[in-house]
Amino acid sequence: MVELALSEAEPSAAERRAIDDVVLVRSMGLLAEGSTGPAVEFDGDRIAIGGRSRIAERRHLVLPALHAVRDAVGWISPGAMNGISTELQVPAAEIYGVATFYELFALEDPGATSVAHVCDDTACRLAGGVELAARLQDSGVVAHPSPCLGLCDHAPGVFIQRQGGQHISVRNATAAAVTEAATNPGSVADEPHDLAALVVQQHPSLPLLERVSAGGADNLHRYRQLGGYNALGAAVTMGAAAVRAAVRQAGLTGRGGAAFPTAVKWDAVAAEPGPRHLVVNADESEPGTFKDRVLMEHDPFAVVEAMTIGGFSLGAEQGWIYIRGEYPEATRALRSAIAEARSVGLLGADVGGHGFTFDIELRSGAGAYICGEETALLNSIEGYRGEPRNKPPFPTTHGLFGQPTVINNVETIVNVNHIVNQGATSFAAMGAGSSTGSKLFCASGHVHQPGVVEAVYGTTLAEVLELAGGVVGNLRAVLLGGAAGSFVGADQLHQPLTIEAGRAGGFSIGSGVVMALNDTTNFPGFVSRIAEFFRDESCGQCVPCRVGTVRQSEVLHRIGAKPQTSTVERSLLNDIAMAMADASICGLGHTASGAILSALDLGLIGDTP
Amino acid sequence: MFGAGGGTSSYEEIETTDVVLMWGSNAREAHPIFFHHVLQGIRNGASVYCIDPRRSATAKFADMWLGLNVGTDIALANGMGRHIIEQGLANRSFVDHATSGFDTYAASVEPWTLERTAEVTGLAPYAVAEVAEAYATAATAQLCWTLGITEHHTGAANVMALCNLALLTGHVGRYGSGLVPVRGQNNVQGGGDMGALPNKLPGFQDVADPNVRARFEAVWGGSIPADEGMHLSLMFEAMEAGELTTVWAIGENPADSEADINHARKLLSGLDLLVVQDIFLTRTAELADVVLPAAAGWAETEGTVTNSERRVQRCDRALDPPGEARDDLSIINLIAEAMAPGWGNPSPVAVWDELRSLSPAHAGMSWDRLSEHGGLQWPCPSLDHPGTPFLHGWLWADDLEGRAPAPFTHNVWEPPVDEINDEFPLMLTTGRVLDSYNTGVQSDGYASPIRSGETLDLSPIDAELLGVENGTAVEVASRRSAIDMVVRIQPDLPAGVAFTTYHFASTTDVNQLTVDTWDKQSGTAEFKATAVRVTRKLSQSAPVKAHG
Repeated sequence: MVELALSEAEPSAAERRAIDDVVLVRSMGLLAEGSTGPAVEFDGDRIAIGGRSRIAERRHLVLPALHAVRDAVGWISPGAMNGISTELQVPAAEIYGVATFYELFALEDPGATSVAHVCDDTACRLAGGVELAARLQDSGVVAHPSPCLGLCDHAPGVFIQRQGGQHISVRNATAAAVTEAATNPGSVADEPHDLAALVVQQHPSLPLLERVSAGGADNLHRYRQLGGYNALGAAVTMGAAAVRAAVRQAGLTGRGGAAFPTAVKWDAVAAEPGPRHLVVNADESEPGTFKDRVLMEHDPFAVVEAMTIGGFSLGAEQGWIYIRGEYPEATRALRSAIAEARSVGLLGADVGGHGFTFDIELRSGAGAYICGEETALLNSIEGYRGEPRNKPPFPTTHGLFGQPTVINNVETIVNVNHIVNQGATSFAAMGAGSSTGSKLFCASGHVHQPGVVEAVYGTTLAEVLELAGGVVGNLRAVLLGGAAGSFVGADQLHQPLTIEAGRAGGFSIGSGVVMALNDTTNFPGFVSRIAEFFRDESCGQCVPCRVGTVRQSEVLHRIGAKPQTSTVERSLLNDIAMAMADASICGLGHTASGAILSALDLGLIGDTP
Repeated sequence: MFGAGGGTSSYEEIETTDVVLMWGSNAREAHPIFFHHVLQGIRNGASVYCIDPRRSATAKFADMWLGLNVGTDIALANGMGRHIIEQGLANRSFVDHATSGFDTYAASVEPWTLERTAEVTGLAPYAVAEVAEAYATAATAQLCWTLGITEHHTGAANVMALCNLALLTGHVGRYGSGLVPVRGQNNVQGGGDMGALPNKLPGFQDVADPNVRARFEAVWGGSIPADEGMHLSLMFEAMEAGELTTVWAIGENPADSEADINHARKLLSGLDLLVVQDIFLTRTAELADVVLPAAAGWAETEGTVTNSERRVQRCDRALDPPGEARDDLSIINLIAEAMAPGWGNPSPVAVWDELRSLSPAHAGMSWDRLSEHGGLQWPCPSLDHPGTPFLHGWLWADDLEGRAPAPFTHNVWEPPVDEINDEFPLMLTTGRVLDSYNTGVQSDGYASPIRSGETLDLSPIDAELLGVENGTAVEVASRRSAIDMVVRIQPDLPAGVAFTTYHFASTTDVNQLTVDTWDKQSGTAEFKATAVRVTRKLSQSAPVKAHG
């Protein structure tokens, strides 16, 4: 805890400044109170103030400090780790453990001021991501292949980390555009607020994308003009308990993939003694998923307002947004919205004059799919490796910092605005059966107009594909729900997209991925990439997943090399799948085999059934 | 304290207490097993205040470290006491009920304002106030100390000054609150309990009490002298006076461990007969006329040990001792048989049962019960008694169980005997490090990756003033002697304080420097405060970077 065994490496002046900025100048939000300054402070050489609680209060600064160092100098040096260790009184070995957990923290000097992460995953793979990465590497740009960057509607996508911190994404990337963005720090390769490039499809009068369709709201004035902050006033008038009751009555379920009833979490946390936390999971990393990014980039105040209602309704004073590090534009949009809301008193003490306190702290991930798992996300915020926790206890009782915590997906929480605005009854009337409301689908792959599609639950797969402009070529299969979902055959387009139909039909809507794959798709390569994705993203904490994902990937490579799949290989895959599903700690292991087995069942790879 | 020579609390209490004062104790390194319990307490939310001239490994776990001047503990304790009284934080109902002499005490600490306390201790007034308030307002608090308190010429008064704070705040005699002198070995407590003290018979029974003596005499069949024996410091004075001419040293290495060591060795060498009974050929054994090879206390000997929480535990023999070595009891039996034929060879169980018949505190600890319960805490007066987790519960009983109230004491601060002046401007204090033990008898035989050898640790400021770096060879001189040492710059030391261990006597004879002044009450020498002068050796090669 406090006996730091450090090597002799020391931080450079620039690294020290970056660390100090994080440790000394945490002025954002409620966290600043009592937790600024290094973990040990000296008064002369006779008095030192330190101790476990000061260290515990600052542990959450590990990840921001690592980001600050990376942004300042482009990598994490041993000296910088020692500097963070000393300031926060966290052992250097633990800093190393955290730093090496994340893809976006290089522990070696990249030798360039920009590093390009080139998506070669799922949709971008169909759009030439693999070839783009190779071309960039040949042309001298520091480029790494990357898992899904959430830019599937603009494939191929590239994320560029720049020294100085002005990271950007390059959409519909070409080698020339990426080279320009990587070598010219001032360039902006893409303007995310340019709606000309954004495809948004809605059934009429659906709420989630209303403002996005109208051009988005990147400032408070515009947000109010488009109906923003009506819901907060209405919620306060209703009262906290009534808001929770409305969420329950509306039948809102989680939109991040698990479809868990939101009200169950809310009621559980509201019943716990405080302090409570509301965490919004914006670590949108499921391959093929980009809906939350679109909401955050174009309607960031909706997230802020919905969280404020959530904080009011839960009696939580501290909100957190954990956003994946590969979303620079969404991050900037949210930061700007939070700052503007705070500046006019819509965050902080006495929100909007309504007599309650709520503020939001935004935290960036650093490239780890597993951090989308809610307890891994909590560990990541707390400054630990983003490894999932065993459950129970559940976050509703032992969440962030061991306190009662609600964790909601971005799309889920934004729905709260609409439940308050239109009423629970009207919300519940949308959709089909117990799948209430509308859903954002991420249409990509072989469709004419990749983009976000909003449709009520119960809309068929065929209709969603049609809203995305229809399929290019002859449809062979659809990847539903992302890498953690499954493939469905072209004969399943009649399926209504509801939670119940999914359960009955053996598929999952998951995060809303609808990736069309026509008969030109190299399925062995595509499915192998999914296996590699899980292999790379397994956090390694539990054995079934750590070993199982590697073994599964090996089998997929063998299957790719020869057309016949022996029964031995198939039964090996079945065994691996069973072991991972039974014995893994978290959902990553539980779902790592679903898409692969469904690809075999459909004959996309291996023997024709 | 208050009539019983042991820590008042159980280890488990420190795991749940609210405030821990570590005073003159680097338990993290010197008492690592005890510190595991402290760590559990920290984990459970305890606030820790560490009072030590050095920012020791223990201090690094503290909410506040107070680096007081060496030998100013009474000043600090008195200042804290005054502040607690002034702020109305004294536990008046406890003081009225269970203590005596409060008014005299209050008057004695009255001069110790925060300002004066700060001036003497070198601390800031707010820090004195904070530690005092934290201790006084805690629901439960444990006050722990070790040699930083006792190895002073005012050692006993230092302890009494701390006891005053516990009486003032009611932090004694109830679960979670207590006074804990941490013991440096698994059986330091047991040695005292079994009568290895000059004024006590086994079970902490006073040798001056004729009733006590009569009970022992009835069983032992001989008469017991009524006057106190000698403690180690007195023994050396008696050697010097020629009154003590024969010494039988069992498991003690005074030729390395005594202050002003050259003098001590001379005295040991001049004895008519020196018998040393040890598991190693120690420096003392090298001086001996007769060496009796002993079995190791652990695994080669059957018996009991008693730890800092007064828990008597059985240790069983698992191995035969090597060569001619025999366990201590067998050696003593053989010599007794030679002196008085018919003594026989009583077994450990027989000895234990006799002890139980004579020591009421141990009466209920049958050999089998000790196994069954994993050890029992004294007092355990009867076979159905569960043992006593904490002492002095009587302080809270309505009638004090018929005892006299616990007295406050009047303790006068005196500076260390060795004065700092222009000639000897640095205060050298000694201590232990994690991977070595005392004079190295038990630890030098093992390699350790973190053992860096003996160094003279200096603060960065003093190192700069002296123009020395890591690895610089220096001469360290006190008023008694001078030795050569190598410098290690240690940012955890305040200016003016130097530190070294005494683990490596064969290469660095630190106790040549220390003062042999000792506390008349406790017999303990003032190892912790030696005024020294450090000078750079003239002929030396380029500085070598010291490890760590």
